[in-house]
Amino acid sequence: MDKNKIIELKGIFKEYNGEQVLKGIDLDIHDKEFVTFLGPSGCGKTTTLRIIGGFVTPDSGDVLFNGRRVNDVPPYKRAVNTVFQKYALFPHLNVYENVAFGLRLKKEKESVIAAKVAEMLDLVNLRGFEKRSVSLLSGGQQQRVAIARALCNEPKVLLLDEPLGALDLQLRKEMQIELKKIQQRLEITFIYVTHDQEEALTMSDTVVVMNGGVIQQIGTPQDIYNEPVNAFVAKFIGESNILPGIMHEDYKVEFAGDNFECVDKGFRHLEPVDVVIRPEDITICPPSDKVINGLVESVLFKGVHYEIMVRAYSDLWKIHSTKAPEVGSVVGIDFTPEDIHIMRKMESSEDYAALEHLNEQRAGTGEEAGTVE
Amino acid sequence: MNNLRSRLAATPYLAWMIIFMVVPLALIVVFAFTTTVPCDAEGNILTDEEAYLIQEEETLIWEEQGTPEEERVSAVSEKTIFTVQNILEVNKYMPTMLSSIWMALVATVICLLIGYPLAYMISRMHFVSQKMMLMLVMLPMWMNFLLRTYAWMTLLERNGLINRFLGLFGVGPFNMINTQGAVILGMIYNYLPFMILPLYSVMTKIENTTIEAAQDLGANRLTVMWRVVVPLSVPGINSGITAVFIPSVSTFIISRMLGGGTNMLIGDLIDLQFLGNAYNPNLGSAISLVLMVFILLCMSITNAFDMEDKEGGMLL
Amino acid sequence: MRKLTNRIYIGLVFLFLYIPIFVLIANSFNASKSRTVWTGFTFDWYVKLFHNETILGSLLNTLIIALVASVAATLLGTLAAIGIYNMKKVTRTIVMNISYLPIINPEIVTGVSLMLLFVAMKIELGYVTLILAHITFCVPYVILNVLPKLRQMDRNLYEAALDLGCTPTLAFRKVVIPEIMPGIMTGFLMSITYSIDDFVISYFTHGATSQTLPITIFSMTRRKVSPEVNALSAILFVVILAIMIIMNVSEMRKLPEDQRRRAAKAAKKGGRA
Repeated sequence: MDKNKIIELKGIFKEYNGEQVLKGIDLDIHDKEFVTFLGPSGCGKTTTLRIIGGFVTPDSGDVLFNGRRVNDVPPYKRAVNTVFQKYALFPHLNVYENVAFGLRLKKEKESVIAAKVAEMLDLVNLRGFEKRSVSLLSGGQQQRVAIARALCNEPKVLLLDEPLGALDLQLRKEMQIELKKIQQRLEITFIYVTHDQEEALTMSDTVVVMNGGVIQQIGTPQDIYNEPVNAFVAKFIGESNILPGIMHEDYKVEFAGDNFECVDKGFRHLEPVDVVIRPEDITICPPSDKVINGLVESVLFKGVHYEIMVRAYSDLWKIHSTKAPEVGSVVGIDFTPEDIHIMRKMESSEDYAALEHLNEQRAGTGEEAGTVE
Repeated sequence: MNNLRSRLAATPYLAWMIIFMVVPLALIVVFAFTTTVPCDAEGNILTDEEAYLIQEEETLIWEEQGTPEEERVSAVSEKTIFTVQNILEVNKYMPTMLSSIWMALVATVICLLIGYPLAYMISRMHFVSQKMMLMLVMLPMWMNFLLRTYAWMTLLERNGLINRFLGLFGVGPFNMINTQGAVILGMIYNYLPFMILPLYSVMTKIENTTIEAAQDLGANRLTVMWRVVVPLSVPGINSGITAVFIPSVSTFIISRMLGGGTNMLIGDLIDLQFLGNAYNPNLGSAISLVLMVFILLCMSITNAFDMEDKEGGMLL
Repeated sequence: MRKLTNRIYIGLVFLFLYIPIFVLIANSFNASKSRTVWTGFTFDWYVKLFHNETILGSLLNTLIIALVASVAATLLGTLAAIGIYNMKKVTRTIVMNISYLPIINPEIVTGVSLMLLFVAMKIELGYVTLILAHITFCVPYVILNVLPKLRQMDRNLYEAALDLGCTPTLAFRKVVIPEIMPGIMTGFLMSITYSIDDFVISYFTHGATSQTLPITIFSMTRRKVSPEVNALSAILFVVILAIMIIMNVSEMRKLPEDQRRRAAKAAKKGGRA
C-alpha cells in the first residue's frame, strides 16, 4: 500500500472482569479508507473502536495516530469523532444545537457555526429541521443528526458503531449508500463496526473480520468472500458447505468419500482440513458415477434462487440454483476444482463455539435482520 | 374494563379527600378570615370590657337570687365575624417568617451542593453498587427523625461529643447548639436524602453514551457537567429543591430541639397558636394560609422554570 | 486519583449521615446517664425499655394504627387508581392534583387543618382521628404506586381474559389484580412506614390516651435525659436494617435472571463489543 497509515494498533490486549476481550490486535488503518470491523457480537469489534475513540484504555499495546502514541490522550482531545450506536443525541438540545455542540466548545464565531451547521445539515439532507427537538425525529433522521454532529468537528477519522442497527431494512440500505457517498465526498477515513456481513461487503474498502478477540482476516470484500482463510470466515461471510477432508498431496483432497482435484497446495501429507464450497458454486446435474449423488430433502423458494438441501451419505449439502428439482428425487452434485477452498482446521474450540452460535442464530432468526442470508 | 363502572371506583376516594383534605383546608381559610367576638342578645358586638361587665353583673344577680347552675343563661354569647385582622397580624411575625425562609433556603442550597456530586457519582456506578448506595442513602430516613435530631443534640451540646473531640486538640469549646447554624444543620441532615433521591433518579437516565458523545465532540469533564449533565437534570434539581425546602421552611421540631426556643420558625408560630400558650386558632390559620400561599407561589415558579426549559430546548 | 477523591467524598457524606445514628447506638450501651461520658458497658437501658409501660403501650398503638390505616388506604387507593386510570384527561388531572395535596402541603398545615375539622365535627381526638388522618396522608402513596403498574399493563390482557370466557369481574380478579399486585404491595409497605414514622400530623390529631411512639419519643426528648430512647433507636435501626437487607436479598433472588441480564448490559455499557 502506498497510502499513509493514519492509525496503527500494536499488540492491543484488553480484559474485562477476568475475561479477555482483545487478545493481541495488530492493525494498520490508512488515510481515506473505509474500514469495517466485522464479527459476531462479543468478538471485540466495538471495544477496538472504543479504544481508538479513547473511551477505553488498553491493558497493553499501543495506539498510534499519524505515528504518535495516543494511549493516554482523552477522547475530547483526539482528532476522531464517533457516531454512537443509539445516536446519543443530547435530548435537551434541538437539531441545530446538537450539530453545533462541538463548534461551540471550540468557541467559534456564530457566523462560522451557522455556516458549518448548514453545510452539515445539507450533507445529510436535513435542511429545515434546525429548530426541531431531536426527540421528535424518526430513527433515520436522528441517525443523520448524529452523523452531521460528528462530522461538524471535521475529524480525520469518523468512527461508526453499528450506526444502522436500529433502522429497518429499506432505510438501512439507503443509508449505506449515503454513508459511502459522504465518505467519498469528504475524503476522510471511516471506521465502521457491524455484524452484518452484507453491509460490510457493500460499503468497505477493507474488511477486518474478528472473532473471539482475534483478527481472523483482513482484506478487500472480494478477498474475504472468495478466499476466506478459515472456516469461520467462510461461514460468517455468505453461506458455505463446510466438510471435513484430508489433504493427500498438493492439488489432491479427499472428502465426502471421494478424491477430488483442487487448486490448493502447501499442506502436510494427510493433513486434516476443512473443505469449503459455496452453495452458489454447485451445479445440480443428473446423477452419475462422476459426481456425488444425493437425495433432495427440501426445496425452498428464496426469491432470486431456490435453496435446495441434498443429503449424500451423512453430509447435508446446501445448494443455490435457479431451477428446482423434485423433493425426493436423486440428483448429482457437481463443482469444479476452482470451487473447492481448502482451509486449515481451526485451532481453538472457541471458534467452533462461535460458529455453533452463529448457526443457531441463523436457524432461529431466519430472515429477521436480513443480514445473514 | 367497563369504563363507567371503573371510573366510579374512584368515588369513595374522592369523597374521602374532599372531606379530609379539601374541607380542612377550606376551614383554614375560613378561620384565617374570621374571629369570635362577644355579643349581646340582639347580636350587637360588644367589646371585651363590656362583655365582662355584663357577665359580672349577671353573676351577682344570679348569686343573690340563688339561681341554680343550669338555669343561668347569660345574655352574652359569641359570634363569628369576618375580619382581615388575622392576616394583618401575620405582619407582626414577618421577621420570624423571613428568617425561616432564609434558613430553609440556606439548607436547600447546601443540600444541593452536597447532594448533586453524590447523586452523579452514584448514577455512574455499576448497577449493583448503585442499589447498595441507594439503600445506604435511604436507611437513615427510616429512622424516626426525632431520634436523629435528638442524636445531634448529643453531638452539638456545650460538653457534647464534638466539643470534647475538639478539646483534645485544645480547641473550643464552641457554642453550637441553640444557634441558627444548628437548626440549619438539622435541616440539612434530615432532608439531604430528599435531595439525593430525585437527582439520582433523573441522572441515572442519562446514558453513558450521551456523556461520551460530548467528550467525543471536545468537551472536558467540567464542560460535560455544565453543558450536558446539568441541563438534563433540571427536573431532578427542581423536585429536590421542593422536597427539601417545603419541610425545612415549615418544620417546628428541629428548631425546638436544636434551636432551643430562641430560633423560632414559622412552624413554631403555628404550633404556638394551636397547641401552645398563645392559643389563637384564627391567627394560626392565618399564618398557615400565608405559608401555603407562599409555597404555592414558589412551586409555580419552579414549575414555570421547568416549562421554560423544555420550550427553550425546542425553540433555541 | 479521581476515583480516590470520589471515594473520599462519598465516604464523608455517609459519615455525616451515619455518625448521629452510631452515637445513639453507642450510648444505648453506656452505663452513665450522661450522653457524653463513657463509664462502662451495660444492657440496663434495654431492660428498662422493656419494662417501660408508656413506650410499649405507644408502640402497640402505633402498630395498630399503622395496620388499620394502611389496609384502608390500600383498598381506597387501589380502587381510586383504577378509577383514575379510566378517567378522561381533564378529570384525571384534577383528581391527581387533589392527590398531590397531602404530599405537597406542609405537614404542619395538614395537621392543624385536620385538627380544626375534627374539632368542628366534634369528634374527640383519639384513635379514630389518628386513623382517619393517617389514611388521608397514606392514600396518595398507594395511588402513585399502583397507577404506573396499570399504565405498564397491556390493555389487551384484560380483553384476552374476556375473550377466553372470563366475566369482567373474574377477569379483573384473575388478570388485572395480579398484574398490579407489586404496586399495591409497595403502596401498602410505604403506607405502613409513613404511618409508623409520622410525628407532625399525629401530634395535632392525637388525644391524651392515644399516644403513638413518635409522640412518646418527643415527650421523652423534651425531658432531655432518657437513655431508653437510645436503646429504642438502636433496636429500631437493627430492625430496619434487617428488613432492608431481607427485602434486597429476596428481590435479587426473585429476579436473578433479569438482574444478571441487566448487570451484563451495564457492563456492556461500560465498553464491550
